[in-house]
Amino acid sequence: MSDCVIGIVGKDYVLLAADATAAFSIILMKDNEDKILKLDDNKLLAASGEAGDRVQFTEYIQKNLSLYKFRNDRALSTHGAAHFLRGELATALRKNPYQVNMLLAGYDKEIGGSLYYVDYLASMQKVPFGAHGYGSYFVWSILDKYAHLDMDLDEGIDVLNKCIAEVQKRLLLSTPRFIVKVVDKNGTREVSLDNSERAKIQQDKMDA
Amino acid sequence: MSLSFLDKSYNAFHDDQSFEEANSNTLTLYKEPGLVVPPTFNNAGFRDQSHEIAKKFAKGTTTLGFVFNKGIVIAVDSRASMGNYISSQNVKKVIEINPYLLGTMAGGAADCQFWERYLGMQCRLYELRNKRRITVSAASKLLVNIMYSYKGYGLSMGTMVAGWDHTGPNLFMVDNDGTRLKGNRFSVGSGSMFAYGVLDSGYRPDLTEEQACELGRRAIYHATHRDSMSGGIINVYLIREDGWHKISSTDMDHLHWNYVEDKKKEIADRNKL
Repeated sequence: MSDCVIGIVGKDYVLLAADATAAFSIILMKDNEDKILKLDDNKLLAASGEAGDRVQFTEYIQKNLSLYKFRNDRALSTHGAAHFLRGELATALRKNPYQVNMLLAGYDKEIGGSLYYVDYLASMQKVPFGAHGYGSYFVWSILDKYAHLDMDLDEGIDVLNKCIAEVQKRLLLSTPRFIVKVVDKNGTREVSLDNSERAKIQQDKMDA
Repeated sequence: MSLSFLDKSYNAFHDDQSFEEANSNTLTLYKEPGLVVPPTFNNAGFRDQSHEIAKKFAKGTTTLGFVFNKGIVIAVDSRASMGNYISSQNVKKVIEINPYLLGTMAGGAADCQFWERYLGMQCRLYELRNKRRITVSAASKLLVNIMYSYKGYGLSMGTMVAGWDHTGPNLFMVDNDGTRLKGNRFSVGSGSMFAYGVLDSGYRPDLTEEQACELGRRAIYHATHRDSMSGGIINVYLIREDGWHKISSTDMDHLHWNYVEDKKKEIADRNKL
């Protein structure tokens, strides 16, 4: 629960951010753990959850989407992938549940960018923005206020900076680094957040 | 009833009052009316208690590993403890999987030894099947898949898999809840916080081989000094392109007095100036 993932749909892209920490008891084992998996050329899956389950489940989904592409000679749409993901989670739920919360982001030619919110109880919802973990409580209101579907990429990153600044300022558990990726018509790539911009936001709040 | 003679014989047992009283502590099986439990049955050794003992074993150890420019250093202590009792002071906590792969041992000794030996077998089979050495990444993935498939069944392991493959030096941390982390600095076990303190403050990627080995040794020494569950001999391994080398095996007690001597000298020198 101490991990935090955030997703925002913009004009022609979807942004995903996930904290990069791997914790063991009170120890920070790693601060560059990538929790945003590339499912295929135009799908990203950000996941937070219990050690082990997160990697095992997301890689299982990734490999099965790849298998689907081999068998059918075409990739599943984001919508289809979301339903597949949810179905697998729901089937496992009454056997040996995966404790993973996810945000699935994808870009389809006809539809544009879309974001799906999936939690460990296998509920799924198409959303304009979403967040998981304790950080999400700080983030929701910011997204409600600032995020909208017409944002260009820079505006989206600005909102993401606001969210991360707030999490890093108010959440007791430290999340020193976030990894941010974007999916759009050109595929997926990592984007760097302007740290100075975020520092400025944080500084303003300190002074207030 | 056709089996009445059986009932009779059990009842004969059951009537032995003194016997049952003596065993009343251990006789906790659910008794249904008409179902007679042989009073000789002793469930004291069954899962509830033995499971707890296995848990207490967990990670009374300090192990560390780090990657630097010249290779990887692995350093470990050698104490085995069961609660307050030190059961051994010379355990081999570095498991030599093959000439290029090392595994470290924290948690259940049997679990680590068994599964890392099994991993060694799988790695050898990989070599025979594919005519090339397995990567450290793949080897650690084999191990973590086993860990994940046994998740919740009580395995206790916190292990580092380190080695040199065609991609260069690699270090992974794998544990019993199915975590597998790639990194260049790890410490596992009850003394890991103490080891991290020294390791993080003294680490630089451009350490010489001697400096790196000394840093690993020193970090484990400080962990043995502060953590009652770590101690004994400190073993240091160095992994280079040509495989692993055992560098040293030093009694932490001797190290302690050497370091005390060094510190004394340092202070004396400072006062001279």
